[in-house]
Amino acid sequence: MSSMTQKEALTAYATQIADSSLFMGHRMSEWVFKAPTLETEIALMNCALDLIGQSRSFYTYAGEAEGKGRSEDDIAYLRGQTEYRNPLISELPRGDWGYTIVKSYYYSVFAKLFFKALTLSSDKQLAAIAERSLKEVTYHVRYTGEWLLRLGDGTQESKKRTQKSVDELWDYVGEMFIMSEAETQLLQDNISTDIAALRGAWDQEVEALLQQATLDVPTGTWTHEGGKTGKMHTEHFEYILAEHQYLQNRYSGCEW
Amino acid sequence: MYGDTSIQKPMKIAKSGSPEEAELERNFQAKIDADIKIEANDWMPEAYRKTLVRQMSQHAHSEIVGMQPEGTWVTRAPSLRRKVILLAKVQDEGGHGMYIYSGAETLGTSRETMLDDLRTGKAKYSSIFNYPALSWADMGTIGWLVDGAAITNQVALARCSYGPYSRAMVRICKEESFHQRQGYELLITLSKGTQEQKDMLQESVNRLWWPSLMMFGPCDDDSPHSAQSMKWKIKRKSNDTLRQEFVDASVGQAKFLGITLPDPDLKWNEKRGHYDFGEIDWAEFYDVIKGNGPCNRERVNNVIKAHEDGAWVRTAAEAYAEKHAAKEDAA
Repeated sequence: MSSMTQKEALTAYATQIADSSLFMGHRMSEWVFKAPTLETEIALMNCALDLIGQSRSFYTYAGEAEGKGRSEDDIAYLRGQTEYRNPLISELPRGDWGYTIVKSYYYSVFAKLFFKALTLSSDKQLAAIAERSLKEVTYHVRYTGEWLLRLGDGTQESKKRTQKSVDELWDYVGEMFIMSEAETQLLQDNISTDIAALRGAWDQEVEALLQQATLDVPTGTWTHEGGKTGKMHTEHFEYILAEHQYLQNRYSGCEW
Repeated sequence: MYGDTSIQKPMKIAKSGSPEEAELERNFQAKIDADIKIEANDWMPEAYRKTLVRQMSQHAHSEIVGMQPEGTWVTRAPSLRRKVILLAKVQDEGGHGMYIYSGAETLGTSRETMLDDLRTGKAKYSSIFNYPALSWADMGTIGWLVDGAAITNQVALARCSYGPYSRAMVRICKEESFHQRQGYELLITLSKGTQEQKDMLQESVNRLWWPSLMMFGPCDDDSPHSAQSMKWKIKRKSNDTLRQEFVDASVGQAKFLGITLPDPDLKWNEKRGHYDFGEIDWAEFYDVIKGNGPCNRERVNNVIKAHEDGAWVRTAAEAYAEKHAAKEDAA
């Protein structure tokens, strides 16, 4: 039995989607003046802008669904660590270029499948935001996928580095497909989507690309979790929040 | 994608000091006097080419290095709207850099060569970026004053004699004006906020006002390249003229924000029809140019670090491209 009202569930659902986009975007935005070329830097900032833009739409909708007058920023900024519900993969450090590419690729393939399913949501607003987000993440899949090919099938060093990222990040994939309480509750009215059912398609797409990139496909099934429930984020997360919330914490209640 | 090595200088070559060269030079200057743009394949004196490459690469480097002080604030932006605006601005700067590098490449110097010069310290960039961005208000002040000063310069440069540079400036000025308005709007928000926000705004302007005035370069009497650049119409207005325009425009804007500019000598001169202002600390100006600014070393080290950290990535991309080009050839 769920303890959430429908309204609360919808708010929580929109918020968890927004959290994932926000922190993926946050980590990507850290590449400013650190990327291998100007072109890659600009491309990554583009992706970051897409992701943060998505989070804004979902936060705004979360606020509307809740009906208590909270703005996108109230929700995005003014919560404690355990109230953020992004999967752990989105808060992992940016690592080297290969790590970022693999992380974004894993996430983007998930996001593509997810948003595609969400366009069929009975909630028209969620479906509309999903439609727009789908176009963006489809591009992210292409961009990061192309880089994955170059890195996997590039030099010995790039293969070695990238394989390591492929393996390490694999252990964070499973959490993306675990249904949250809100997701489960909203499923009966076709508001949310059954993300657990998307794993097969994810495996198929990712495995094909990793093989094309001449990389080994990990076989593990164990996964880290705790982000989507908020019960156990990584040690990295509070540092993100320290930066993210710094001005809001230091000068509370201001207009910016 | 990773620096075009196929760039070549235009073909027309006349022997240095020959009568043909004198004739070419006369025609060149006649074109400039008639306000006809010089294009990449036109004959031009080597010194003109060199001056332009120096100036354009400095300009492009300024865009690239200028991403650093603002880039550090993206993850700390206090609202998602401001975060997106800031990130888009920094991205635009990267785009401007690429665009100006391309313009400079038409003169026969590759982007990689120019970037090498930046990394070795041979090439300069605007010294304003050797000052740190210490508060959120700086994100507004940089837009208002630093972009404002840049626009003052660039509006003049949009009329410069070299076609590719002039056209780049027209496009870039539009985006810069947008950035400047966004920066000023950020400051307006602070100016209407709490006392702490107002203090943050004033402190930021106090710190960045003088370095912004230094962006126009040495005063006209001490500007080594100016006379020739004016004759070639690479430069259309003198440093001091542009600086005066900037000061005149800024005073009213500062008043609107309810702040003071940190210059006790700043006052309207009825006779000149301009604001008088105090003497710039030229010792500081030359010190920062020489490398002794608060962030010189850090800025260049960051550029070097990004390049070095990315070496394996660029090598991998090249190896991949070669492998697949070979496969296509074989197919």
